[in-house]
Amino acid sequence: MADCEVKKIATRESYGNALVELGKKNPNVVVLDADLAGATKTSTFKKEFPDRHIDCGIAEANMTGIAAGLSTCGKIPFVSSFAMFAAGRNFEQVRNSIGYPHLNVKIGATHAGITVGEDGASHQCLEDVALMRTIPGMTVIVPSDDIEAKAAVMAAAETEGPFYMRFGRAAVPVINDRPDYKFEVGKAVVVKDGTDMVIFANGVCVAEALGAAEKLAADGINAAVVNVHTVKPIDKDTILEFAKKTNRVFTVEEHSVIGGLGSAVCDVLSENYPVKVKKIGVYDRFGKSGPAGALMKEFQLDAEGIYNQIKAAL
Amino acid sequence: MTNKELQLTAANVRKGIVTAVHSAKSGHPGGSLSAADMFTYLYFEEMNIDPKNPKDPNRDRFVLSKGHTAPGLYSTLANRGYFPVEDLTTLRKLGSYLQGHPCMTETPGVDMSTGSLGQGVSTAVGMALAAKLNGDSYRVYTLTGDGEIQEGQIWEAFMFAGAKKIDNLTVIIDNNGLQIDGKIEDVCSPYPIDKKLEAFNFNVICIDGHDFDQIRDAFAKAKECKGQPTAIIMKTTKGKGVSYMENQAGWHGKAPNDEEYEQAIKELDEQIAKIGEA
Ligand SMILES: Cc1ncc(C[n+]2csc(CCOP(=O)(O)OP(=O)(O)O)c2C)c(N)n1
Ligand SMILES: [Mg+2]
Repeated sequence: MADCEVKKIATRESYGNALVELGKKNPNVVVLDADLAGATKTSTFKKEFPDRHIDCGIAEANMTGIAAGLSTCGKIPFVSSFAMFAAGRNFEQVRNSIGYPHLNVKIGATHAGITVGEDGASHQCLEDVALMRTIPGMTVIVPSDDIEAKAAVMAAAETEGPFYMRFGRAAVPVINDRPDYKFEVGKAVVVKDGTDMVIFANGVCVAEALGAAEKLAADGINAAVVNVHTVKPIDKDTILEFAKKTNRVFTVEEHSVIGGLGSAVCDVLSENYPVKVKKIGVYDRFGKSGPAGALMKEFQLDAEGIYNQIKAAL
Repeated sequence: MTNKELQLTAANVRKGIVTAVHSAKSGHPGGSLSAADMFTYLYFEEMNIDPKNPKDPNRDRFVLSKGHTAPGLYSTLANRGYFPVEDLTTLRKLGSYLQGHPCMTETPGVDMSTGSLGQGVSTAVGMALAAKLNGDSYRVYTLTGDGEIQEGQIWEAFMFAGAKKIDNLTVIIDNNGLQIDGKIEDVCSPYPIDKKLEAFNFNVICIDGHDFDQIRDAFAKAKECKGQPTAIIMKTTKGKGVSYMENQAGWHGKAPNDEEYEQAIKELDEQIAKIGEA
């Protein structure tokens, strides 16, 4: 992809902007933050609605409980922190105080995955999708760009129940500015049709998978790219349709291959249409410090790396 | 070391901090600089350590609970001889052993991996408890931020250490008054810190964290104290030593550009010259 021509924006920015829109529409929307207002972009909301922005200090578990309480009294809390803390540190609070009572709390987790960059492994959450999708009733969304991220936030506010939304730190290309694009929770988006194989991807990996598909096309391989932005509830029909059509399945995610999108796709296929699946992602290892782009390359999650991994698996 | 030697060393530690963060183009100078005098005192005066033998089982331990201030720890370790000072410029770069946050499996002299706030004090308590169980005489030190103590786990660790009389543990709180979103008392005030810790059975000592006489005195008192862990609450200036960074929340996690870097080095060199003349 020619980087210079494509508009790029980090989905955490989209999160902050969408919160402002929501705030205008719905006075019950409140935003909780744990000393990361600038980084999570909830500062954008804070500027417009200082009274509805609650900085809990560096106390993520407490913030999660406060959000649960607020939601029982009619508020629609958006809980914001880095994915490592929002999902990792808070897993059990989310499970028991939000998931079990099925409360209307929306978790906006930013700085997910290796594209956190220089902060390194301690801050690069590669396990959050796995954790969150094990919680009954939790909707898990991994948007691929600005348009999808904003749509996800709007949908979360309109849909009763707990949501986990995964946003990134690094700017990513806007890929969904097409007239036929429509966001629907639980409905995968066919970004590119194809007959030889299907690549199920989400988050920052959708744009990279598209790049890989272009390279494959040059080799005469017609790959479909399907954006599975909602990991839970997962779009069984579209996954089965493309698995049956191509009989060659790849999954790509900026997440551990243990428990994330790849595993969710395998859950569907193993029971309904067993077919060989190659899960591309982070292979049971921690991240590390470095620039986001260099890390995507190092972890073979850029277009080139995905292409090479697919070719090696054929 | 004399106070003058400590001051000179601390100024060099500060130069290493700004050099590393400038080279990385990211990282956390503010809280590294506020604790630079404390880092220096710990590694050059207080702790029983040997840079040639960083895994010595009898060494004193240090846990940087506020792991984002890794540049402060790395610069101190480098200046103390654990690894070359030149390597500080590899901070946060792909393949470097100086990760964005401390990693004990990568960096010689780092006793615990940290970066997720609120967890380090518990691990320090574990190390101190192990010394008790094993009959070892080493001491354990840990440094937390004043924003970091908003984490509940910090108080679980304090409660345990106080209740179990872990007197080989010294907790240092860097009271620079700032966290990311602003002043700690505006975000979610942890004050009064001293009274809270006293209520948790700590021997509490309040000092100026840039005064080596007071630092020296505090550690002497910590060692004398039996039956209680010690907490040293040190008042500091975030960004200390670089004029434009001092007391600015904006310099919590931001790297200086080339011009700012040169000014910082110039200021620190002037401080070094002044200490030399004194
Ligand atoms: C659990 C956790 N939450 C949030 C962060 C992000 N973070 C890094 S530094 C920081 C502020 C720390 O402030 P303070 O403890 O006062 O440190 P200092 O002023 O000494 O730099 C925050 C919120 C983190 N590293 N870990
Ligand atoms: Mg502070």
